[in-house]
Amino acid sequence: MSKFKKKKSGDLPAVNTASLPDIVFMLLFFFMVATVMRDSSLMIENRLPNADQVEKLEQKNLVMYIYAGKPSKGYKAKYGTEARIQLNDKFAEVGEIGAFIAAERAERREEEIPFLTASLKVDKEANMGLIGDIKQELRKVNALKINYAAINGDISKN
Amino acid sequence: MAKRAAPEVNAGSMADIAFLLLIFFLVTTTMEKDSGINRKLPPIQEDDQEDVIIKQKNIFTVLINGKDQMLVEDELMQIKDLRAAAIEFLDNGGDGSCNYCKGSKNPRSSDNPDKAIISLKNERETSYATYISVQNELVGAYNDLRNKRAQEQFGTSFIEMQKNYKDVKWIGNKTKLKERIDQIKLEYPQKLSEVQ
Repeated sequence: MSKFKKKKSGDLPAVNTASLPDIVFMLLFFFMVATVMRDSSLMIENRLPNADQVEKLEQKNLVMYIYAGKPSKGYKAKYGTEARIQLNDKFAEVGEIGAFIAAERAERREEEIPFLTASLKVDKEANMGLIGDIKQELRKVNALKINYAAINGDISKN
Repeated sequence: MAKRAAPEVNAGSMADIAFLLLIFFLVTTTMEKDSGINRKLPPIQEDDQEDVIIKQKNIFTVLINGKDQMLVEDELMQIKDLRAAAIEFLDNGGDGSCNYCKGSKNPRSSDNPDKAIISLKNERETSYATYISVQNELVGAYNDLRNKRAQEQFGTSFIEMQKNYKDVKWIGNKTKLKERIDQIKLEYPQKLSEVQ
C-alpha cells in the first residue's frame, strides 16, 4: 500500500512568499495616499507654540501658509538673526504678503475664496511686532480668516 | 516546428521594487495634522464710522508688555489665573438680564455675556509664545462657559457638539444640532477684540 505511505521527511516546508508583493503593495498604496509632500523647505527656525484649545484645520487645499521666525543656521550670515517672514520658498518683506494672497486666490476657484484660511506658522520666539504687521497686511487685502498654528499641548511648555 | 510558449517573466524581484518604493514613501510621509487657534481679524474700518461708547465695566483689559508680564484690569496676574478671572468677568451678569449666568452679579463688573468684551493689547516686543498662551486661555474661558451651558441644557459639551457637527459619519439631526450650537454661541458670544 505505498499509496498511503506518509512522507517521512524531517525538514519544515518552506513558507509560501508569493503573497509578499501583494502585502507590500498594499502598504505602499496606503503610504502613497497618506503622504503629503512638503511644498516648501523651511529656511527659518519653526518651533510652534503649545496650546490646548486648538482646532484642526480641515481641507488642506484651502490653507495659505505664512511662516515666520529667525533664519536658520545656513542663512544667518546672509539674512541676520532677526525674525523674518517666509512665503513659499523664499524670504519676503511684510509688503509682499498682499501679492502672495492675491496669487493664492488666483489659483483657487472663485467660490472657494471666502473659505481660504491663512495659517500663521510662527516660531515661539518671534516678537509680536512682526505678527502685528502681518495681521495688518492681511486686513488690508481682506483675508480675515486666520489660524495661529500651534501644537496640541499644555501652555506651561511654552 | 512546435509552437513555443512565451517565456514567463520572472516576478521574483517585484517585491524588492515594491519595498524600495514603500521605504521612499515611508520616509517622506508627514502624518502631522495642521491644528491651531482659529481667529477672525476685524475688517479695516471706514473713517466715517462713529465710535461706539462702551461702559468701562463691560471691558476686560488684558495687556501684555515687552517683558511678557501681564496686566489684567490694571493688576499684575499670572497666566494660570487668567482663565478663572475671564470666566468670572464674562459670567457675572451684573444687570440681571442673563438668567443662565452663574456669576456673582457684581454691579461693578460686566452687565451680561453679550455686552462683555475682552480687550487684548500687546506690545511689539511681546513674545509670540506668551501671546498664544494668553489667547489660548481666553478662548478656553469661552469654551469652558459654553461647555457648561451645553452640558446643563443638552447634556453634552459644546466641543462634542461641534465635533459631531463636522463629523460626516455622525448619525443624528444636523439641523437641530446646528440650531443648538448657534444658540450657545449666541448666549456666550466670543467678543475678543485686539487693539492695534
